[in-house]
Amino acid sequence: MSDNLRKGQVIGVNGNMVSVEFTTRVMQNEVAYIIQGDERLKSEVIRVRGKRAELQVFEDTNAIKVGDCAEFSGELLSVELGPGLLGQVFDGLQNPLPRLAENYGFFLKRGVYLSALEDNQEWDFTPTVKTGDKVRSGSKVGFVPEKIFEHSIMVPFHLSGELEVVEIKDKGKYKIQDIVAKVKDVNGKTYDVGMKTVWPVKMPINAYTKKLKPTKPLVSKIRIIDTLVPVAVGGTFCTPGPFGAGKTVLQHLLSRHAEVDVVVIAACGERAGEVVEVLKTFPELMDPRTKKTLMDRTIIICNTSSMPVAARESSVYTAVTIAEYYRQMGLNVFLLADSTSRWAQAMREMSGRLEEIPGEEAFPAYLETRIASFYERAGIVQLRDGKTGSVTIGGAVSPAGGNFEEPVTQSTLKVVGAFHGLSRDRANARKYPAIDPLQSWSKYESFIDIEKVQKGVRILKRSDQVDQMMKVIGEEGTTLEDFVDYLKGDFFDSVYLQQNAFDEVDEATAADRQTYIFDIIVQIIDKKFEFQSKEEARKFFLSLRQKFINWNTKEFNSEEFKKIEKDVLDQIQVTRVAENA
Amino acid sequence: MHKVYNEIIQIAGDVITVEAKNVGYNELAEVQTQGGISLAQVIRLDGDRVSLQVLAGSRGIFTNDKVRFLKHPMQVSFSENLLGRIFTGSGEPRDNGPALEENMIDIGGPSVNPAKRIIPKNMIRTGIPMIDVFNSLVESQKLPIFSVAGEPYNPLLARIAMQAEVDMIILGGMGLKYDDYLFFRDTLEKHGALSKSILFVHTASDPTVECLLVPDMCLAVAEQFALKGKRVLVLLTDMTNFSDALKEIAITMEQIPSNRGYPGDLYSQLAKRYEKAVDFDNAGSITVLAVTTMPGDDVTHPVPDNTGYITEGQFYLKGGRIEPFGSLSRLKQQVNGDTRDDHRTIMDRMIQFYADYKETIEKKSMGFQMSGWDQKLLKYGDRFEKELMDLSVNIPLEKALDLGWEILSSTFEPSETGIKDTLIEKYWPKK
Repeated sequence: MSDNLRKGQVIGVNGNMVSVEFTTRVMQNEVAYIIQGDERLKSEVIRVRGKRAELQVFEDTNAIKVGDCAEFSGELLSVELGPGLLGQVFDGLQNPLPRLAENYGFFLKRGVYLSALEDNQEWDFTPTVKTGDKVRSGSKVGFVPEKIFEHSIMVPFHLSGELEVVEIKDKGKYKIQDIVAKVKDVNGKTYDVGMKTVWPVKMPINAYTKKLKPTKPLVSKIRIIDTLVPVAVGGTFCTPGPFGAGKTVLQHLLSRHAEVDVVVIAACGERAGEVVEVLKTFPELMDPRTKKTLMDRTIIICNTSSMPVAARESSVYTAVTIAEYYRQMGLNVFLLADSTSRWAQAMREMSGRLEEIPGEEAFPAYLETRIASFYERAGIVQLRDGKTGSVTIGGAVSPAGGNFEEPVTQSTLKVVGAFHGLSRDRANARKYPAIDPLQSWSKYESFIDIEKVQKGVRILKRSDQVDQMMKVIGEEGTTLEDFVDYLKGDFFDSVYLQQNAFDEVDEATAADRQTYIFDIIVQIIDKKFEFQSKEEARKFFLSLRQKFINWNTKEFNSEEFKKIEKDVLDQIQVTRVAENA
Repeated sequence: MHKVYNEIIQIAGDVITVEAKNVGYNELAEVQTQGGISLAQVIRLDGDRVSLQVLAGSRGIFTNDKVRFLKHPMQVSFSENLLGRIFTGSGEPRDNGPALEENMIDIGGPSVNPAKRIIPKNMIRTGIPMIDVFNSLVESQKLPIFSVAGEPYNPLLARIAMQAEVDMIILGGMGLKYDDYLFFRDTLEKHGALSKSILFVHTASDPTVECLLVPDMCLAVAEQFALKGKRVLVLLTDMTNFSDALKEIAITMEQIPSNRGYPGDLYSQLAKRYEKAVDFDNAGSITVLAVTTMPGDDVTHPVPDNTGYITEGQFYLKGGRIEPFGSLSRLKQQVNGDTRDDHRTIMDRMIQFYADYKETIEKKSMGFQMSGWDQKLLKYGDRFEKELMDLSVNIPLEKALDLGWEILSSTFEPSETGIKDTLIEKYWPKK
């Protein structure tokens, strides 16, 4: 910035909103600091009226006085991007929480900010370009090894046009704050390429050739998702559900088992205890794909419910920016945000303080566009080197009263590609996952043949109809044929759509196994069984179900697996059930 | 010398406005009225206009009453001397003891760094089978009791407090009926627990603003004791009154309400308090047990709804019993694997049978014929309700598990229970 340090004076405080009078000029969304004794409280300009700027403060505003000084930084709220992010835990402003704990103990001290990537960390740099090479923004100039893969060092994303490498460092050890290359644009202006770079969180990184249509299924290893309501690599989905329906458990299992390269978890306004669980268990769990711990592929952005609200608002942006950064290296990144409702509430709180005219349930009128532009940052892109990278976004939604008709759920449903609605009834009946198979939908394709999937859906619907009917007329009044349909649907639900989250094998089912098992399920759905009575039919399915549930817990293609498989197939072949079955 | 202001330019609800300089946000002030001195807290600064919520309420305030700013936020004294004492929401003695002014600490302090938390692992035994067996309470858990007016939630709270193995109890009463306050005091006294208790009580007839301070007072003190290695149990009753007080102030301040008049930050406000529940690495812990009464028994009401999203489960108190359905302790998995090897099995199977019993009852009331199996379920359900669910039952976990086996064996054959053979052999009562 060319002008001198721009300052202002506090003229009002209302919750976490501070009004500041300035003299020269301010920039919308720039970062400002409120000076409170020896503390510098970070804030962001969110509205300007005349010579009065309104700032949302990312900290507790206790003791701020009218007349206190505010300093404008001239920078947008940004994050540091570079090697060393993997395995880290940050707050919504990218402060590393473990290092804060080392330095300041149990409590989050106000006004303390540490850089996300600690200075002087050394990395082994290997150049991949030479002087004279033509590059563009986002081009790789070299790499360093980071935990599970080679981390690309890239030309800063904000540069435009063709650039020429004028200087490149030799292979060797460099510090995180070092410059490893210099590039020149057509006008001869040179720019540094550092090991790390910064990027404003509310702007998408656009250094790619084109955005592609997400088509490839993302294997989540949750059967009901992969088969009935799949998610595509680079797609979006949302998981609304009332409290206690298992949103967080589901998100944790997705973050553990999904077949992706990097997972970014945004714990936004939720319980601290849940983050602690991830923090303490992930370093102990092995990722079967990399043979390293799960923590090595995970980044946690954690702004729990009792941490300052404004930082909660920025935490989802911090998370998605980091996700986009790893996408630029040709990786598949999975962003799980829990919960986007808390993020929306943070916007609502601020909007209320700004005294904006409220929309539905007091949410601001721009709620929909904000949600849409957040989910639009997902996608699969073709990078300049021809590789593809993707960001898949899954957002948990916590609708008030468990009612999906509320603004956040509705705005989200408009923009996502898949909807995994959790139902209170299924959760109460201890059915896991509690995703309602009839209410949920997906616009993406499963890796399982669509015609087969539809057979599954059809029998579920039929089964549900018969069930409703039976509630009125009782089992006696139902025909045997209808009753068998009901049993088939119930069987499909209990042995396939439900999974045992506490069983090592059953908690995650790989794609090949799902395809294999689903074929057998379809056989059962298709088959015309000839039962003498309802009692006989019920017995048949109960015993088949017991076998299947047992089967689910056996390693795919193991001896035991094959043994039970034969048992299951034998039972299906017999059309009539013997009396002693 | 603090400057004194004596021109109040606005009085609305319990909020007064004065013109003053050099005042900090959330700072405390003294308002001198004819009725005495009341504390007030700064809740908005707009130029020279300072809005304060008056803890004792604004009734009887003259526009020329004196306002003196104290240059510090709301504080509470912290020392061993607090034990056995009873205070009001603003920290004044409610018993006949002296006012405490030593070692003042700020209330509503910063939140704990998640990186310094640990996974909770100690069960708190209560002697109530519906809790110990089916939804174990865990040290550092935050758990509300969802109930409706007329239910015995306060006696339940008191009972858990009496029996829980903790070092000390802090009770926060909000909008408490005076006789409920006396009930708590007398119960603690009778059980000899008053000496390890601290009470902050706001009764229904006290000024609304004081109600808002109760949770922060309790939790600030609890936090200090926990840092000194104490295992603290904080009881808050009733958080719906706290939320209603928030609503009252928000409306007075002309904030835009979000849902049924409650302010948009209700979730954050509740979370800020509940999240104080913590298990400190190498120090003590805070467990929070709160009462949330549900207006109209409606769980989707904003207060229970937001609470449910924050807390680690909930106990439903209905018809004088803790309902097994809907009640949930999210942390029970952390502890019920290490109690006794039959704990989880008994927990699961007995609840499933009880669910079947409920279905049978429904069928029976619709006039369907009862099969032999239905008869068994009816017998089972009856014993389950009388011997395990009833709140007067007071037995340790192991006894409750044994009783569970006894009830099962008196109604079912081992093969009908679907319980693993190894457990049947070990625990099935031999006739």
